[in-house]
Parts: sequence; structure tokens; C-alpha cells
Amino acid sequence: MANAITTVKDNEDKLITELGFDDHFHEHEHGDKYASNFFSKYIFSMDHKIIARQFLITGMIWAIIGAAMSVIFRLQLGFPEESLAWLKPLLGRWIEVDAATGVGTLSQEFYYALVTMHGTIMVFFVLTAGLSGTFSNLLIPLQLGARDMASPFLNMLSYWFFFLAGVIMFLSMFLSTGPFAGGWTAYPPLSALPQASDGSGAGMTLWLLSLVFFVVSVALGGVNYVTTVLNLRTKGMNMWRMPLTIWSFLITAIIALLSFPVLVSGFLLLMFDRAMDTSFYLSEIFIGGQALDHVGGSPILYQHLFWFLGHPEVYIVILPAMGIVSEVLSTHCRKPIFGYKAMVFSMLSIGFLSFIVWAHHMFMAGVNPFISNFFVIFTLIIAVPSAVKVFNWISTIYKSNMRYNPPSMFAVGFVSMFISGGLTGIFLGNSSIDIQMHDTYFVVAHFHIVMGVAAIFGMFAGVYHWFPKMFGRFMNDTLGKLHFWGSLIGAYAIFWPMHYLGMAGVPRRYYRFDSFDTFSHFSEMNQFITIVAILTFGLQLLFVINFFYSIWKGKKVTTKNPWGATTLEWTTPIRPGHGNWPGNLPTVQRWPYDYGKNGREFVPQIEPMAEGESEDEE
Amino acid sequence: MSTGLIIIGCLILITVVAVQIGRVTELAAKIRGEEEIQFESNKRGGFLMLLFLIGFLFYCFYSAFKYKNWMLGYGPHTAASAHGTELDSMFNLTLVITGIVFLICQILLFYFAYKYRGRKGATAAFIPHDNKLEVIWTAVPAVVMCFLVIRGLVAWNDVMADIAPDEDYLEIEATGSQFLWYLRYPGPDEKLGARNFKLISGKNPLGQDWTDDKNLDDFQPDELVLPVNKKVRVRINSRDVLHSFFLPHFRVKMDAVPGMPTYFVFTPTVTTEEYRQRLKGYPEYQQPTDPKDPQSEPLWKTFNYELACAELCGTGHFSMRKLVKIVTEEEYQTWLKGQQSYYLSSIRGTEDDPRPPVPVETDSTAGKSAQDTLTSTKDTLTEVKILTK
Repeated sequence: MANAITTVKDNEDKLITELGFDDHFHEHEHGDKYASNFFSKYIFSMDHKIIARQFLITGMIWAIIGAAMSVIFRLQLGFPEESLAWLKPLLGRWIEVDAATGVGTLSQEFYYALVTMHGTIMVFFVLTAGLSGTFSNLLIPLQLGARDMASPFLNMLSYWFFFLAGVIMFLSMFLSTGPFAGGWTAYPPLSALPQASDGSGAGMTLWLLSLVFFVVSVALGGVNYVTTVLNLRTKGMNMWRMPLTIWSFLITAIIALLSFPVLVSGFLLLMFDRAMDTSFYLSEIFIGGQALDHVGGSPILYQHLFWFLGHPEVYIVILPAMGIVSEVLSTHCRKPIFGYKAMVFSMLSIGFLSFIVWAHHMFMAGVNPFISNFFVIFTLIIAVPSAVKVFNWISTIYKSNMRYNPPSMFAVGFVSMFISGGLTGIFLGNSSIDIQMHDTYFVVAHFHIVMGVAAIFGMFAGVYHWFPKMFGRFMNDTLGKLHFWGSLIGAYAIFWPMHYLGMAGVPRRYYRFDSFDTFSHFSEMNQFITIVAILTFGLQLLFVINFFYSIWKGKKVTTKNPWGATTLEWTTPIRPGHGNWPGNLPTVQRWPYDYGKNGREFVPQIEPMAEGESEDEE
Repeated sequence: MSTGLIIIGCLILITVVAVQIGRVTELAAKIRGEEEIQFESNKRGGFLMLLFLIGFLFYCFYSAFKYKNWMLGYGPHTAASAHGTELDSMFNLTLVITGIVFLICQILLFYFAYKYRGRKGATAAFIPHDNKLEVIWTAVPAVVMCFLVIRGLVAWNDVMADIAPDEDYLEIEATGSQFLWYLRYPGPDEKLGARNFKLISGKNPLGQDWTDDKNLDDFQPDELVLPVNKKVRVRINSRDVLHSFFLPHFRVKMDAVPGMPTYFVFTPTVTTEEYRQRLKGYPEYQQPTDPKDPQSEPLWKTFNYELACAELCGTGHFSMRKLVKIVTEEEYQTWLKGQQSYYLSSIRGTEDDPRPPVPVETDSTAGKSAQDTLTSTKDTLTEVKILTK
């Protein structure tokens, strides 16, 4: 076995030297001008691998903050009567301590601020930047056989605009009026009028500013990803030989480029309404004891603009996870991904459809019910490509020889979550059922499972799988498995019961449930959810420990291709330097999923077709 | 301070334990050979997958059964409105279809993961695609979706349709504001009067235009009281930010948008009393209403329909409750008699009243038309007379 590996390894080196493409890269790079000192190497780096790590670690920090917020508001929902005075040192005046009894309660305003921040942070900073930013940056050049991104400088800016967005959002939490508290969708008039909510003053200004910077980051990143994928593929890497990860990043970047600007235009009009007394979204409002002058605007216009991004956004979140899972499953199952082209076409059709379904978030918003007919049809059509993807993943496992390790297990977990959460989408996408389910906990359960947990599982699969490429060491297997089982069981235990809450009619974004008889029967369930949420959150720290411990102390990677994968990133040195390949660029001879073909466990993409061998993906 | 230290201490301890567990297994792998360990891990993982599948499915069925009688649409909670039944059956149809897909997919996923765990000497099959299979599993979901779309849209267009021209109905108005609902009934003339948001004040919370005669008999009750089996069109409005008019038991929900009135048409079919009788038969509703006081009335006896807000509207969003009562026609008429026009009770004769204090018998056009409107009910007329004298 050891011999076999050495042979393959030598063979691979030979293939790159012999068949590789000499782009004279190293002749032009006089030394590594990008990495001449600590700052240019680790802080203002233009190397895509470093930027990927920056995105990942920043994303992880935000994930911890965002998840910790959810734990705090879950405490309020699960144990509304318990004193939270012990949180006062951390949260200060957001915990209101009753002078007579000493009982501390979470202030209502802060509860809504937490919910809002949790949503914003998770959707944008963790699942968009942390997921797509990390893996697009890491994998696009490595898997395509490129030296770096098309524009390393824009790439660096993309990270730093994201960082700036994060700083502004973080600062907004320290305002005396608190951060924005009107929900992550920021519907006006609540978000437009400081009289309507404390957080809609300076908090909302910073929120808008932060997200505009964030969109700049996404746009810079997206332009780069698309350009790199279209132009910097190595010789032989035609589109149909790209790994599914690359396809997913490409489609994600295109969706992001087309939809995020619309969000900014929506934000711009909102800023005008806030600062210049225009009336794009405001009409006939009496608030704070006075009738405002605004007439003729429509809050529904904002919802259209917001969801024109907002819906594609959920695919921006889930598509990279889908790509990662496809790649990881195939590699660890030692079997080609089933229906490669069907996978690509289903992602393309999901990407296209994501632009014409936005109003399914607005069935009950007061839009003309007739319009909803079209959105129902397009929304439910998305179930078809999604179903195809699920069936293909299951068929990939069928008759495989699956290696159990954290990446493959998280990939299986992803598919399970995607099935569970996807199916509840069929309820919500059908406007007639949405009449009752809209804005209830059923929706909370649905999107947390299908987009929150599933995407995070995809991210975990990716981190465990490509950690050896990022840091030259493995993450600990045992801790990873513990992390997987805890997260899988925890996630289902938290979100599954929420379906029942929703079916009982309990609306989301309620500070407490006992103000209504109808919603007050579930305190036991809410306690259960809160306890599991705390445990599951604690378990994620295991991942964090594992991550940072393994960076410095993990088991060292000793071979270039530890997973026996076919794709190009595993032909680089164990710790690839700037330019990724020390000599020639590899050239690609076949599609990326030749696992178990003709009795060989795997055939790398750089290996030429044997005589009489045919490409099988047709 | 000490708690903080203990927490930090615990975290450090956990870290150390975690790292040690990790190192032990890595050392074991070194001693016994990576491959051997991998196969063992595959076997263990495979069994755990199977175990998880069984536990998960058991949990799904158990919990669904446990909460069944609390969920709207099940047990005692069949819809209390005419259109609700249709929506409930739509939900159940989708539940059956997605339930089947859910079971098949989850079982196959975890079973395959178990069955095809890597084993010594085994190899994976090379199956890159199968066009026939793929066509089938694209077509089948497509057909099923068509079916759901068609049924769903028929129900949707049916439910969302406005009142037909010749239909008999009662029109009321609900206005969301931070953080309570205002209700307005049209009074004997069965017409809601004009409003203008500029006229809103402490004494005129809805900005009713008192020069509009239709406003004179409108009243603002504290509770939403409706006669059973009568079609109701709720005009939904907002004074400030977005709200959503949500009647969970009637499957009614519609956003309240400032500057753009929306509506929802529904027919309540079960009176509050009938609903209580339904609940009576279920053990869940025999519990005392106040869990701390076992002597308090059982839940079914204190049951009430409720109106809630379902669109985040600020810090008090969770507290926008109004009581809803569905009563028989006779009870409704009795209740109506007890309601007094907001104009007569709070505006008439005060400085906010733009109408001249005209005796009812005058010839002025405004007064006359007001009189015409008001003569429709004798009681109100008498009241006007008394007031104007």
C-alpha cells in the first residue's frame, strides 16, 4: 500500500512536469513580493489562500457571536420567569433588574435587537461571507489550476470591506439606543422611523452602512470569482470538467452580482426616506403623537426590492454548501458523483428560478393575490431540481465504499437536513397553506433547517475536508465525529419541535408567549429547545478548540493527496506557496469524478486517458 | 467574579479533556495502523447512522402524536371558518405527500450510509449516471408538484376572492397601531365612514372625518364580536408601521400596511361556546388554566379566540391581543344594542366636533342628511335628539 502511494505520487509529479503547462510564472515573480513581511503575508495579503483563511476565521468569530445571541434570547423564550441578573455584567443595562426583587429580565428592546442581529450576522456574515468567501477563495484557483484569483488586489479589498462591515455592525451594538431591532429584513416604516423603535435611529444608520460595505465586498468577490472561473482555467479544464464545487461558486457569484445591487438600491431609497424626507416607502403615518407629511409611498416596494435579493440570497447560501457536499461525498464514497450533468443543470435552474420567486415571501403582505399565482408556480418548480439533487446524492452513496470521517458524515447530515427542510418549503411555497403558516414558527423551523443548519453542515464538511490543504495538518477525527453527532441530534432537537409550534399558530418574533392563551401551552417545549440549544452551542466550542489546536498541533499531512482525491488542489505541495504550483501548471485530461473506474480506486484529473478509455460523464 | 473563574476553569478543563481524547485516538491509530482504524470507524459510524435513523423516525412520530391535539387543524382544532377547512385539507394533503418522500429519502440515505460503509476488500461501483432513472425522478416530482400547485391555487383564489357584488356581508375594520388593534364597526347604516390620517388625535384615534355622515354611527368595541355563519369582510389598516391581522383559529392572516388598506373575507362557522365544547372532550384541555392553581377552571372552559399581530412592529409586538367572540345571531343583536357610536359618546358637542350643534329638525343639508342616516334606528335618533337639546 505504501508503495502504491509513492508510485502514484511520483507519477503525479511526473505528469505535471511532463504534461504541465509552463506559464513562466516563476520567472516573473522575483521572490514573493506579496509576502515580503508579516503584514503583507498575513494581514493585507493578496494570496487567495490567506484570504480564504481570513474569511473563515472572521466567519467563525461572527458565528460564535451570532449563536451566542441566539442562546441569550432562547433563555428568554425558554425561561421567561427566571432571573437573568447574572448576565448583567455582560449585557449591562439591557438586563433590567427589578430593585425590589432582584429579578433581572431581558429588556424587550434588546430581545428584538438580539433577534435582528442574530439574523443579520448569520445570513450575511457567516453563511454568505464565511461560507462562500472562504471556499470560493480557497478552491477556485486551486481546483481550476490557476496561480491566484484574476485580481488579487480586489480580492484583498473584498475581505477588508467585509471586515469593515463587521466592525460597523459590531460598533452599532454599543450605541446608547442599541442596535437595529426591526428584524433582519428591516421592513419600513419600522426601520425608517426612529419614533417607531429605539434601534431605528443611529442603530439603523449603522446597520445600513455596514450592509452597504458588505455588498461592496460581495460584489468585488463575485466579479473576481466569475472572471477567474471563466478565464483562468488551466489547459484542458473545460467547463464540463470543472468540479461541482466550482460550478456552485460560479453560479453563486453570478446570482450575488445580479441580486445584491438591487438590495443596495432598496437601501438607498430607505436612506433617502430616513434622511431627506422622501416618501418612497412611507405613506399616511401617524406616529409619536403626530401625523407625518409622507404620502404616496409604499412599504411593499421595499419588500419587493429586499426579497429580490433576499430570495436569491438563500441560494447564495445553500449552493456553495451543495457543491462542497457533492465533492466531499464523491471523494469519501470513492464513487463518482451520480449524474454530474444533472447536478450542474439543476444548480443552473435553481439559480435562474431563484430570481422569479421572491414574492413568495410576500403572499400575505397585501400584494394583489392574483400575482401570487405565478410565484406559487415558480416556487414549487424549484422542488424539482432540488429533488433531483437529493436523489443524486443518495445514489452517490448507493453501492459506494464510504469512508466515515467528519467531512463525509457532515455531508450525509447536510443531505438529511436538506430533505427535511426542503420538504417544509413545499408547504410554505403554496400560498394557500402560507396564509396560516406565514410568520409562524413553522417558517423559523423551515429556514433554519434548510438554510441555516444545512449550510453550516456543508461548511463543516468543507472545513474538515480541506483543512489539510489549508494548514497542512488534519483536524482531529474523534472530536470531529463527536461534533457531528452532537450537532445532528442537537439541530433536529432544536428545530423539529418548532414545526409543532408553528402548526399551533405561534407567531415568530414574540418576546414571550403568555400574553396569548393560544400560544402559552408550550413552555415545556420551549424549555427543552433552550436547553438543547445551549448544549449544542457548547458543542460547537469543541469544533473551535479542534480547529485552533489542529492548526498548530494537529496530525501532520505526509502525502500530497491524503484523501485520494482526483481534483487539482491535491497536486500542489502539502503547503502550497504563492502561485500554488512550484513549477508548471497542471493540465487537465479528464473529468473530476473518476473514482473506482476500471478497477482503480481513483484517477487524478491530470492523468491522460488510457488507450480506448472514454469519458464517462456523457 | 468567582463564578467567572469557575466558568473559565471549566472551559480550560473541557479543552484539555477534548484534546486528550483526540490525542489518544491518534496514538491508537499510529499503533494499530490507519486502515484498520478506518474500517473500524466505518463500522461504528454505519451502525450509529442506522441507530440515528431509527431514533429520529421514532421521535418524529412520537412527537407528532404527542402534540397532535394542540396543533391547529387536528383533534379539536379543525378550522372555525368556512375557508379554513379547505386550507387544512391542503395542508394535510401536502403533509401526506411530503411525508412519504421524507420517509423514503431519509431511510434510503441513512440505510445506504450504513450498508455501503467502507469495508475491507470492498470496492465502490462505477455508476456515473443513469439517464432513465434521472428522467423518472425528474418527471415524478414535476407531476406531483403540478397537482399540488393546481389544488393550492384553486384554494388560494377561492379564499382571497373579494365579496361578490350581490353578496350579503358585514364589513368591519381593524387598524393596527403600536401596540394595539383598533376595531371599528359600521353601525346601523352598515357603512364605514371616511378617514384621514391627518385628523388622528388622542380623541380621534382612527382619524374619522366627522363631517362624513357615515361616521356618526360607527362604534369601536374592545372585542371582536362576530355573528356565526355570516360573511365578514375585514378592512385592514395600519396607523404607523406594518402589522398583520392574524386570527389563528380561523386561518386568517393579512398584513396591515400604512397608506394601503387590505382586506380579508371569511365566514366564522363555530361559536366560541361550540369550540369550548369541542375542547371539552380532550384530556389536554382538562388541565387547570392556571398551572399553579389546581382549583382554577379547566382550559376548555376559559378558551377564547384571539386576534394577534404576526408582523414585527416593534417592542410590543408580542402583546397586541384582542379577544374574539363568535356568537349566535341573537346574541350578536343584543351585543349590538349595547354598543354606542363613538361620535355620540365621545365627540358630539365637544370642541372636536366640526358639525354645528344643529337640532335634528333643521333644514341645513348636512344636518338633514345626518338625520336621514340616523333615523334608520330609532334608538340612535332619540339619543341624538336628547343630545342636541
